[in-house]
Formats: sequence, C-alpha cells, structure tokens
Amino acid sequence: MSFLQGGGLYGGYGGADILHGCSIGVDKGEVAVVVGPNGAGKSTAMRALFGLLDLREGSVVLDEKDISRLPPQERVTLGMSFVPQNANVFTSMTVEENLEMGAFVRQDDFRPTMDQVFSLFPVLGQKRSQPAGELSGGQRQQVAVGRALMTQPSVLMLDEPTAGVSPIVMDELFDRVIEIAKTGIAILMVEQNARQALEIADRGFVLVQGQNRYTDTGQALLADPEVRRSFLGG
Amino acid sequence: MTDILNALVLLANFVLVPGLTYGSQLALGALGVTMIYAVLRFSNFGHGETMSFGAMITILTTWWLQEKGITFGVLPTALLALPVGIIATVVMCLLFDRVVYRYYRREKANPVTYLIVSVGILFILSGLVRFIIGPQDRVFADGERFIMKARAFKQMTGLDQGLAIKTTQGVTVVTAIVIVALIFWFLNRTRTGKSMRAYSDNEDLALLSGINPAKVVAITWVITGALAAIAGTLYGLDKGYKPFTYLGLVLPIFASAIVGGVGNPLGAIAGGFVVAFSELLLTFAYKRVIAYLTPGDWIPEGLVQLLSTDYKLAVSFVILVIVLLVKPTGIFSGKTL
Repeated sequence: MSFLQGGGLYGGYGGADILHGCSIGVDKGEVAVVVGPNGAGKSTAMRALFGLLDLREGSVVLDEKDISRLPPQERVTLGMSFVPQNANVFTSMTVEENLEMGAFVRQDDFRPTMDQVFSLFPVLGQKRSQPAGELSGGQRQQVAVGRALMTQPSVLMLDEPTAGVSPIVMDELFDRVIEIAKTGIAILMVEQNARQALEIADRGFVLVQGQNRYTDTGQALLADPEVRRSFLGG
Repeated sequence: MTDILNALVLLANFVLVPGLTYGSQLALGALGVTMIYAVLRFSNFGHGETMSFGAMITILTTWWLQEKGITFGVLPTALLALPVGIIATVVMCLLFDRVVYRYYRREKANPVTYLIVSVGILFILSGLVRFIIGPQDRVFADGERFIMKARAFKQMTGLDQGLAIKTTQGVTVVTAIVIVALIFWFLNRTRTGKSMRAYSDNEDLALLSGINPAKVVAITWVITGALAAIAGTLYGLDKGYKPFTYLGLVLPIFASAIVGGVGNPLGAIAGGFVVAFSELLLTFAYKRVIAYLTPGDWIPEGLVQLLSTDYKLAVSFVILVIVLLVKPTGIFSGKTL
C-alpha cells in the first residue's frame, strides 16, 4: 500500500464509466507518471484521486486513511495539492497573490514557503508583482506548481504540466519536479510526453481504456519493447 | 477674460458639479451590480430596488431620529441613520440569497434563469417598499442646504455667474470617494478580498485552493447590500426619494457597469462618470455659454441644446449600444474583480 493509493477505481462524469478498475499509487519522495493514449482516462483517474468526480466503486487511501468520500477542499487540508491542466492560475492576480491564494488554508506564516517557491523558480521572484495572465506558458506553469506547493503538501498532483510548452521549458520543469520530489513530496503526474516523463519516473502506469495495461518502474517501461512499440512510437 | 471665467463657472455649476454627484451615485450603484456579476455571475436587475429599500430604511430611521430631536448639525441626519439602512439591506440581501438564490446555485442554473429570478425579486421589493413607505415623493435632507451659495460665490468673485454646491452634493462625492477607497483596499489588500477576486477569476482553482465559496458569496452580498443602501440614500438625499425613480435608475446603472467593463470595479466607477457626464453634456443648453464665449453681444437664438432633457435616459442606452458594438468588453476589460 502506497502513501497515496487509489484502487479498483470505477467512475466517470455521470454517463458511462471512464475508469474501469484502474489502480494508481505513489509514495513520498517518488515521481509516479501516468501515461497512455488519448481517452485512456489518465486525467480522469487523477481527478478521481482528488475527489473531483464521484467514484462508483473503489477507494482512495492517503496515509492509511480512507478519503474516498471527502470533498476536494478537505483533501487539500490533508496535504493533497492539485494542478489542473487548464486555467491553473488566477490570470488577473499577480504572481505573489497567486501564491498567497495557494496558502489560503494556512493560518501560519507562509512567507518562508513563498521564498522557497521563489528559489525553486527564480523567474517568479522577478515577476512577483506582474499579473499571472501576462506571463509566458512556461512561467504560468511555474506559477501553477508554485501555488500548489504553498500548502506544503505531501502529495502534489500535476495534470499534464508540460502541455503547450517548448521542449526546453519541459526539461526545465521536469528538473524542478525531481527537485520537489527530493524534498520528500510524492508527485503524481499525467503526461502526454510519455518518453521524457517516464525517464524521470520511479513508477509508471500505462492506462488503456480506464484499466492498467502496464505498471513498472519508468526505466523498465522504457526498456519494454512492447510498451515502446504501442505507446512510445517505437 | 471674465467672459471665459463666467462660461466656465456656468459649465461647472450646471455640468461639473451635478455630473460629479450623479456620476458618484451611478458609480456606487454600478459597483454593486459589477460585484454580483463578478462573483455570482449574473445580472442583478433587483439592484435598483435594493437601493430603494436601503434608502427607505434610512428615511424611516431619519424620521425616528428627528422625532427624538437628534440631528447631525449642518450635515443631513440621514447620515446618522445610514448604518441602520446598511444593516437592514445587508440582512435583506442575505435573506434573499438564502431563500432564493442559493437554490438556483445548487441547481447550477444558467445566467438567464438568474436574471429572471432577479426581476422577480425586483417586483417583490418594489411592492414591499411601496407597501411600507408609499409611492409619494419624500424629501428627507435636512441640515445646512448649501456648502456654497450662488450669491455668495458671486460676491466672492465678482462674476455674473454663481456656483452653487449643495450639501448633499458634497456629501455624495465625499462618501463615494471614501467607499470606493475602502472597497479597493479590501479587494487588493485583505486576504478575504483577495479570495473574492480569486473566486471571481477562476472558481474551480479557488475551490482547489481551499477557498470556501459560501463565505465568498455571503461577503459579496454584504458588500453589495451596503453599497446599495449607501447609493440609494445618497441619490434620495440629492434628488428626493421616490420609489418609482429607482426602477428607472437600473438602466443607467447597468449602462455604467457595462460601459466600464462589467465585473471590473474600476470600470464601474469610470462607467458611472462616463454615463453621467454624457447625459448632462448632451442635454445641457449651451446658449449662455456660447453667448459668453463669442465676441460682442450676439446671443444664439435657440437653446443650443443637443437633446431635450426628456431624452436623458436614451443617452445611456445609446452609449450602451455603441460600447457593445465597438468594444463589448467595456473600457476596462471586464469579467473579473
């Protein structure tokens, strides 16, 4: 049983099920990556773990506690943090205000955490007074990740953080992701750029039609000829 | 030289001072509309009647205070009664939200449904107000009537034209400045204010950040109710209170909010003044100003008025149409706080 573990998940957005019994988990200090073809239910699985859709069956366990029925806000207070794929920053608010909103549930002084985020993403420190909507795509993703880190989460969930950013920015972001994982945070990530993501993954999940097709370490999946042929373009 | 000064004083007396006053009233009203739009995402047509309700409670309290012999010196007693009006209006707004709007929020009703619901509340409120205070005209301004009298100004400056500033006009502008400063301080400097902006900007992300939507909605109604009571009272003080006029007031208020960029508080204020000054400048009779500015004794034959004052309301419509055609997002792009 991992630190965060979703098991036997069934559910969807009201209509037919999208998830058909998939299981996903991640431990502290690890990077887990979910890959798979379009429509495999990668993002849906992630949202299910965060409580953003109703599960018909299956359970979500965080730190040996069943949280399957908790609303997302309560999962935030338990140390889960989620970066959605789209609209993941407050565009009309400054970088600093974005981070402040990330720390909304905290009552203590969050300045040290903000300084940590600024040292992780130095460019944000320079642009702290600029509205997040005026930043480039890569910088926005940094704001989004930074906002999610403000709660000092134990689990950070990223839904396609590199969608629409250049390869250089992607490498840069993945480096930061590894850095964050090293501080003992569990990172669960859905990625389109499967090959690059699996390279940094301690655990990889290949989902197809809402079910686990392959589960292994990132390196093992990359080495598996069948996975390469079917999902990584040879 | 004195001719030019006379012309300027004439314009100040009939356009600038009334424009600033009316603009402040519209700005405060539009601010309330824009807040609801930004956070609850619907056009609240009941806002004019909410203002009327606030003004009514203030008037009733003013009468009660006057009966007790309590006045506010040179200032209108209504200012003392205003806090009661604010509290009553806030309670009323929260009550309507709890009983009516909350249901539609849970149903995830679309904005058109909300709009119709707000029209329903408009009728309930306007009936309630007429039932309690009656449909007549009420003048409840007391205290000193003028800050500056026309005659005193003439004596002071030796000009032919006088500049009169009513106490209610001064009170309106000063109150509006204080309230707007408070609102901006609240939205930009406080944690709660920022959470409102965050919710308005991106509802889903606000939820992911642990911002409690129920609290944001409640605070929005508190602010809107307070703004409505203040705007309604100031308008009534300045122009006399009559329930019917508040129905008509909804139009220039919406025009202000949309012209400025609905959902944007800065836009609401700018829009208020744009609409107010357009109405006044287009319906002002320039005859005497031109007489002063042209050499010799020539006086234009007509009134040199672009529009009859009967068309005042049409001006805000025309501005509205022009803005929607040319720049639908308004002067300041709207939609977020």
